[in-house]
Amino acid sequence: MTMRRFFAGLILGLALLASGSAFAVKPDEMLSDPALEARARSLSAGLRCMVCQNQSIDESDADLARDLRVLVRDRLKAGDSDKQVIDYVVSRYGEFVLLKPRLEWRNALLWGAPVLLLLIGGAFMLRSARRPKAKEMAGLSADEKARLDAILKRD
Amino acid sequence: MVEIGHFALVLAFALALIQTIVPLVGARIGSDRMMAVAAPTAITGFALTALSFAALMVAYAGSDFSVVNVWENSHSLQPMIYKLTGTWGNHEGSMLLWVLILAFFGALVAAFGANLPASLKANVLAVQGSIGVAFLLFILTTSNPFTRLIPAPVEGRDLNPILQDLGLAVHPPMLYLGYVGFSICFSFSVAALIDGRIDAAWARWVRPWTLVAWIFLTGGIAMGSYWAYYELGWGGFWFWDPVENASFMPWLAGTALLHSAIVMEKRSALKIWTLLLAILTFSLSLLGTFLVRSGVLTSVHAFATDPSRGVFILCILLFFIGGSLALFALRASSLTAGGLFQPISREGALVLNNLFLTTAAATVLIGTLYPLALEAVTGSKISVGEPFFNLTFGPLMVPLLLLVPFGPLLAWKRGDLFAAAQRLMAAFGAALLAALVTLFLIDGGSALAAFGAGLAVWLILGAATDLAMKSGFGSVAFPIMLRRFIGLPRSVFGTALAHAGLGVTLIGMVGTLNFGEEHILTMKPQQTVEVAGRTVRFDGIQPMKGPNFNEDRANFQLVNAGGQVTGTINSSKRFYPARQMPTTEAGIKTIGFSQLYIALGDESADGSVVARIWWKPLVTLIWLGGLVMMVGGAVSLADRRLRVGAPARRKSKPAAVASAS
Repeated sequence: MTMRRFFAGLILGLALLASGSAFAVKPDEMLSDPALEARARSLSAGLRCMVCQNQSIDESDADLARDLRVLVRDRLKAGDSDKQVIDYVVSRYGEFVLLKPRLEWRNALLWGAPVLLLLIGGAFMLRSARRPKAKEMAGLSADEKARLDAILKRD
Repeated sequence: MVEIGHFALVLAFALALIQTIVPLVGARIGSDRMMAVAAPTAITGFALTALSFAALMVAYAGSDFSVVNVWENSHSLQPMIYKLTGTWGNHEGSMLLWVLILAFFGALVAAFGANLPASLKANVLAVQGSIGVAFLLFILTTSNPFTRLIPAPVEGRDLNPILQDLGLAVHPPMLYLGYVGFSICFSFSVAALIDGRIDAAWARWVRPWTLVAWIFLTGGIAMGSYWAYYELGWGGFWFWDPVENASFMPWLAGTALLHSAIVMEKRSALKIWTLLLAILTFSLSLLGTFLVRSGVLTSVHAFATDPSRGVFILCILLFFIGGSLALFALRASSLTAGGLFQPISREGALVLNNLFLTTAAATVLIGTLYPLALEAVTGSKISVGEPFFNLTFGPLMVPLLLLVPFGPLLAWKRGDLFAAAQRLMAAFGAALLAALVTLFLIDGGSALAAFGAGLAVWLILGAATDLAMKSGFGSVAFPIMLRRFIGLPRSVFGTALAHAGLGVTLIGMVGTLNFGEEHILTMKPQQTVEVAGRTVRFDGIQPMKGPNFNEDRANFQLVNAGGQVTGTINSSKRFYPARQMPTTEAGIKTIGFSQLYIALGDESADGSVVARIWWKPLVTLIWLGGLVMMVGGAVSLADRRLRVGAPARRKSKPAAVASAS
């Protein structure tokens, strides 16, 4: 069962068509070299299954995901580095396959926003934290003093 | 009955219109009689919506396939519980549940808000009514659950098999109670803006409502996470799916609101910010509704081809968010800011909390919407998935969690950071120890795992430290300390529990993500595999028959060294003929706080099966932590009842007050 179908069913209440069976990585795809297989798994977790929504090829049971998993493993067996594998997959399928968008200008807002918001919020916070201090230091206004005197005299 | 339900819904819409217009005008011109219209219409409107919902439920219970909605989402052979929960297991029904809960919260304010200032109450109910108007109109025009089908089919098309689960009975109602619960905070904020003033009564009212919504939203999210975990069959507990994010953003903002509302109530500071946050929190709820309901997530193009529902909700969204923010921009300056405080103080700590939580909410928001926006603007498609959120959301949470134990230990107005740090020395030492133990004594302990474990212990013991210090630990004799401990205000316990709950959840995450095992293999009958020091034996597959499905059930046995069976795990693959749809049911065995989790893959003719077996250490703590947070919230809420100036609580539970006083 794909995640998308689950969530669609869960909240949308739409019945999306069923496709394929149980789960992702199958024993026959796995590489015999455990170090290479571990690299394949971690690379797969960062690559998107293009016919699914927001699901990595490591998790997806779609045929296309399987093809990509096999492709990743073939490249690794051929001796590619992690970066070479990713570049190769991106060259064939586009940036859409990356679950972690690259640090590029068009993604500047995406990556920059958390830092920017924290800085703006922090600056704003500091500014408003200083302000009352100044007010407090100023003591009572003439009007307030007059009222205080009036109250004290009453007793 | 179906027509009665339909009619009741139309009436509820008409009443909501009256509830919006008459009290609003009444508050404007100062007419008590017009303002008094609000409460009875809100209560009657709720009764009518409830009647409408009940009518739909009756149609589902009786498998009335002359109703399109029932025909599309039910089957006569389904167990009764799934027939009933199927009422909200579809778009139309779940929107009706949404409106029902909206009307419910409005009715609560109407029933228990007798001592609210009249104009505030009228305005609150009018705003609440206007949200009802919008969504009732949405249901009646685009998503009517009562549409008839003539001639009626003999059999229904079955509820989506994935939803035929107890999770559906609990998750959506809880989630909506949280989501929609924030509507009250929104209505209070907009009402305050219309009135042009906020006073102490306002804050006292808003905080318990925020707390109620927060408790349910916490439960709804935790429940949804567990449901996805066991239903999806690959053992993840959070996927950063846009649909999940849609519920998580209001939670983050709502948590911030909860904290800033404390500052506002106790110290009457941060008024304007709290008001804005209340508006933003419900705006995020509305945005979530839009994202989930419009189909925009599946694809921008799908949205463009059938836009009627999506555009309608988008209009609702723009009207309420835009309208409230415009009102805020116009009126906020006329509200007076209150209480002063030093940067190092309880208030200061809560402001920091707000800074990190709102930044986190904004980060999730941007991550969720960025691909949609980029595609709409430039046409190029990118994906934003788990790795992005882990890299951005994670670092935002670390400083926040590190600071959590300090907050309650700082005094209002002017705190002593050094004294607080001194008091936390023991907790810090224990956290350091936990980190070192994780790093050096547990197999596979990485630096990240060690840090996570330390942080979790820091949170839990930090919460305990707060309780100990407030009961006078170390300065008074034990019996006095015990008496003081019992006498602590409930909200202090609530805070400690909620903060400790975070730590509990964190332990679960650290355990599962770092110390789990995964085995993917083809198993022949009688074959065994070692998982985390336990032997799992596959005993073959048996065909079984359920009420509305067939299944192949695989038997796995846990065997000890002597060959004796100590436990059974059943995983199965089901097929629902009505929808021609296969599902998998993971087999889960809970051992202590950990779980053994088995999902099935393809079977072969020789009786062997592909199995994916996980050992998930401490995984249940993830959701138990959520439960602890909920209990914390509930305990804190109980505190309100005993307090002067908590009108709703006192009115609703006169007996409790009488016995307490």
